[in-house]
Amino acid sequence: MDANKGREVKEGYRYTDKHEWVKAEGNGTALCGISDFAQNSLGDIVYVELSAESGSDISGGDVIAVVESAKAASDVYSPVSGKVLEINSAIEDSPETVNKSPYDEGWFIKLELADTAELEKLMTPAQYTDFLAAGG
Amino acid sequence: MEIIFNKSKKGKNSYAVPQWKGKDYQLDGRYTGNTSLLLPDVGESELVRHYVNLSKKNFCVDENMYPLGSCTMKYNPKINEKLASDPGFTSLHPHCDCESSQGALKIIYELEEYLKKITGMKGVTLLPAAGSHGELTGVMLIKKHFEKTGENRDTIIIPDSAHGTNPASVAMCGFKLKEVKSTPEGDVDIKSLEGMIDKNTAGMMLTSPGTTGLFDRNIKKIAKMLHDNGSLFYGDGANLNATLGKARFADMGFDIMHMNLHKTFSTPHGGGGPGAGPVAVVESMVKYLPVPRVVKKGGQYSFETDFPDTIGRIHSFAGNFLIYLRAYVYIRLLGASGLKDVSETAVLNANYLLALLKDEYNWPIKRRCMHEFIINDKGFPSGITTDHISKRILDYGFHAPTVFFPLIVEHSMMIEPTETENRETLEKFADVMITIKKEAFETPAIVLDAPHNTPIRRADVVQAARTPVLKWE
Amino acid sequence: MKYTLLNNDDKALMLKKIGVSKIDDLFADLPQDILLDKLDGLPEPVSEMEIHDILKSESCKNCSSRMFLGAGAYNHYIPAVVDDIASRSEFYTAYTPYQPEVSQGTLTAVFEFQTYMCRLTGMDVTNASMYDGATSLAEAVMMSARSSRKDKVLVSRAVNPIYREVLSTYAWAAGLKVAEIPLKGLTTDFSAVKKLCDDETGAVVIQSPNFFGCIEEPDAESGFTALKEEKKLDLIYTVTEALSLGFLKSPAERGADIVCGEAQSFGSPVSFGGPMLGFISAKERFTRKIPGRLIGLTVDSDGNKVFALTLQAREQHIRREKATSNICSNEGILAVKAAVYLGAAGPQLGKLGKLNHNTASYLRESLLSAGFSSISDEPFFNEFMLRNGKSGFDSAAAGAGFDPGKYYPEFRDCTLFCATETDTMQSIDNFIEKIKSGSVWK
Repeated sequence: MDANKGREVKEGYRYTDKHEWVKAEGNGTALCGISDFAQNSLGDIVYVELSAESGSDISGGDVIAVVESAKAASDVYSPVSGKVLEINSAIEDSPETVNKSPYDEGWFIKLELADTAELEKLMTPAQYTDFLAAGG
Repeated sequence: MEIIFNKSKKGKNSYAVPQWKGKDYQLDGRYTGNTSLLLPDVGESELVRHYVNLSKKNFCVDENMYPLGSCTMKYNPKINEKLASDPGFTSLHPHCDCESSQGALKIIYELEEYLKKITGMKGVTLLPAAGSHGELTGVMLIKKHFEKTGENRDTIIIPDSAHGTNPASVAMCGFKLKEVKSTPEGDVDIKSLEGMIDKNTAGMMLTSPGTTGLFDRNIKKIAKMLHDNGSLFYGDGANLNATLGKARFADMGFDIMHMNLHKTFSTPHGGGGPGAGPVAVVESMVKYLPVPRVVKKGGQYSFETDFPDTIGRIHSFAGNFLIYLRAYVYIRLLGASGLKDVSETAVLNANYLLALLKDEYNWPIKRRCMHEFIINDKGFPSGITTDHISKRILDYGFHAPTVFFPLIVEHSMMIEPTETENRETLEKFADVMITIKKEAFETPAIVLDAPHNTPIRRADVVQAARTPVLKWE
Repeated sequence: MKYTLLNNDDKALMLKKIGVSKIDDLFADLPQDILLDKLDGLPEPVSEMEIHDILKSESCKNCSSRMFLGAGAYNHYIPAVVDDIASRSEFYTAYTPYQPEVSQGTLTAVFEFQTYMCRLTGMDVTNASMYDGATSLAEAVMMSARSSRKDKVLVSRAVNPIYREVLSTYAWAAGLKVAEIPLKGLTTDFSAVKKLCDDETGAVVIQSPNFFGCIEEPDAESGFTALKEEKKLDLIYTVTEALSLGFLKSPAERGADIVCGEAQSFGSPVSFGGPMLGFISAKERFTRKIPGRLIGLTVDSDGNKVFALTLQAREQHIRREKATSNICSNEGILAVKAAVYLGAAGPQLGKLGKLNHNTASYLRESLLSAGFSSISDEPFFNEFMLRNGKSGFDSAAAGAGFDPGKYYPEFRDCTLFCATETDTMQSIDNFIEKIKSGSVWK
């Protein structure tokens, strides 16, 4: 078995201790999603409900979605504050996308960042890798 | 897969509606609908074969040991069923006069009395229709209590090992939830608890013994901490089988508790229900109990509803009467000595099975257990988990344990043999478990692809949830 | 009696293997001062024969022969096949079907129940059962409130008063507000909804046939239909006499969004009020908000169609405090009975409903000729309420009907009657004779 399965940490992203990621796009916007570790712990995702609405303002820590697998369910929180520009409805129609591509096609929401400094408070890939190694 | 709707063909139905010989009272067509096409047209013999064949695809406790932890799948005495199907009970209308239901009311009254003796409590309601309904009722009692005392306490503490119904019941009553951690040894973490109890603490819910099958060694201390703070202590009696006739919940310090008659008191589980979840309380809480209550006056029994402090009604009628009738029969058959024999044997059986397995399987909390215990898949070859082990158990003619619960132990298998298994069956089950471990190393594919010998192969629960099909089209 | 199986040799061997000398050593974690020698106050154990005789003598004290009684629990003939199937221990001694590979019997039968209830109510989804009608109403209201995020519900005064009491208990605990829609005659005054409805209102609860037996027609009230649309109100449609579903226009055709209530009429006896068979059916948008177990169709690893519990992430064992309800055990074996009952009745269900209507209509006409008077002429199914004659009628003395006075002071001089296929023309005629002889009047 692949020892790294379900533990991939991608460069260029920032991470929370609840296993969400945020990726700044350089123009004051950012994408958010859940990490490889999160999707792997949940198992086959059967349902995603995005509760964040396009155009609304949210704060870091607000619930943006619920993900369900056959045997677990989890809230997903926004890693940072901002205005929701777009939600990825494609993952509602095919939730398995989150399992297959947690860092790319499986993104949850796109935000206009309220304060780019918030990103600095989150874990770097190296820190998140250590965090996972320590038991997550 | 066989489904009744596939067997339908016009003209086969056996049913004959009695002829009406009087006037035909027409109801305007704007009120009526035509349902004749919605229901299958099958003959009685087909119907019987359909369900008899389906029944053969069910595992049941009358077939073999059903070690589903915290579910107490014990043998259900047949006399229970015989008496519960007596027309003198089944045809009794819930709105009939109390004078003409004295037999039924007496059974309710006496069962409440027996349950008071068994729990040491001062008041009992039989109304809740299941354990979770009992919990909900119990949390409502807590809410009512603080409403009456005028204290604004909005939080209930629950251990991280609790059954999901505890937090769900708390949420349904608008309380906030605080989760207290368990120690690695399976007790409530007293230090954390100390820091959590404050003026907002309405109470704490604790399963006794816990969902780990272990009795909390600080139970009286916890009770004192709560009571010193004016908080109430709720006992989840899902695992009452471990202490039945041996120790009483009131003596452990609980103020409110529920029991599961379909677990501890031998009423069958019906493939999902019905159950019954009586709630017992200490003296100061009796006034809040739901209505109707059975009262005995001058040798006559009656339903009464006029109690000013009651939380009100919680059931359409008076709870699951035919279920408590069975529990009544069970208690009368066993008596005090028999009930004690139940818990002692249940605990002995569980410890014996644990002794047979603890060197073969990972045993995360190394304490002697009560009526059930936890092992898990640690040490199995990578990729073979509790999930696969539980499916492989089915191949050997046993039901699987409760799996992936409690959440505090990773990949938990919770095994509860109950008191109605003999020594040989426990040994056979242990052999199966040991064989599966061997297979996991030597022929892993057979475990990974299990089950093989069951009426169907492994069901795809992911597809079931991704594309829900919840009715036949 | 005892059902344990260890003899002294077994016990000695087992204790030795465990490594303790006596059973009490296994109870060492309990506070030792609370261990009992023997529970006080329980009767001495008896044999099976003795308990049989004790219970038989109690069952004989239940001598109710009260006639024409409904009000939430209904006497219907139960075909022999129903109990024959339900008393198979493969069905009744199984647990909740957590392991689908060894539970296809229960799963299939309850999936059939879900299908039957969807077809009869016109809804898209039905759960695997609730405790009873009253709690299913309470849970339906909470489901609607979760979905609409509004905390006020309007409930018709024509809904079973005990259901309304249970709802008010649940609503008090959950912090929901309940307001009452008044009556107009013996049905709901839908014109009053507009005034009662504010921005916090998310649902309207009715019952049909209602507590007085009358058929409600929310779809015929254009003002209400428009308001429901405008305010996005959920119409929660309670059914206590499930047999009516086989005869009357379906709740869906009446505009229901959620149908809940009692299906005891489908194959279970009245049983002194329990166990009953609660159910919730709803439109598709509630699929992930519905409480309780759901059974779904899927495939096994050989590709065959099979059934399994599904959408479990709604439930308490996964979602915990965020679950759609705390319900766990339901009324499984009664759902199996309902499936067998509906399979037995099949296409005759409507005709059975028609017989109920004819029998009740005959009873009503006979009572009117015997001194009772009509309150209103709203159409009914198998239950109706009449005003007692001038000199009063004592339902207790007559051993017939339900006295609504305790719940409806305005109907203190009225009686609610129910007649089903189990009441023959002869039994009705005999009863009318008794009335005419004057022995049942105050």
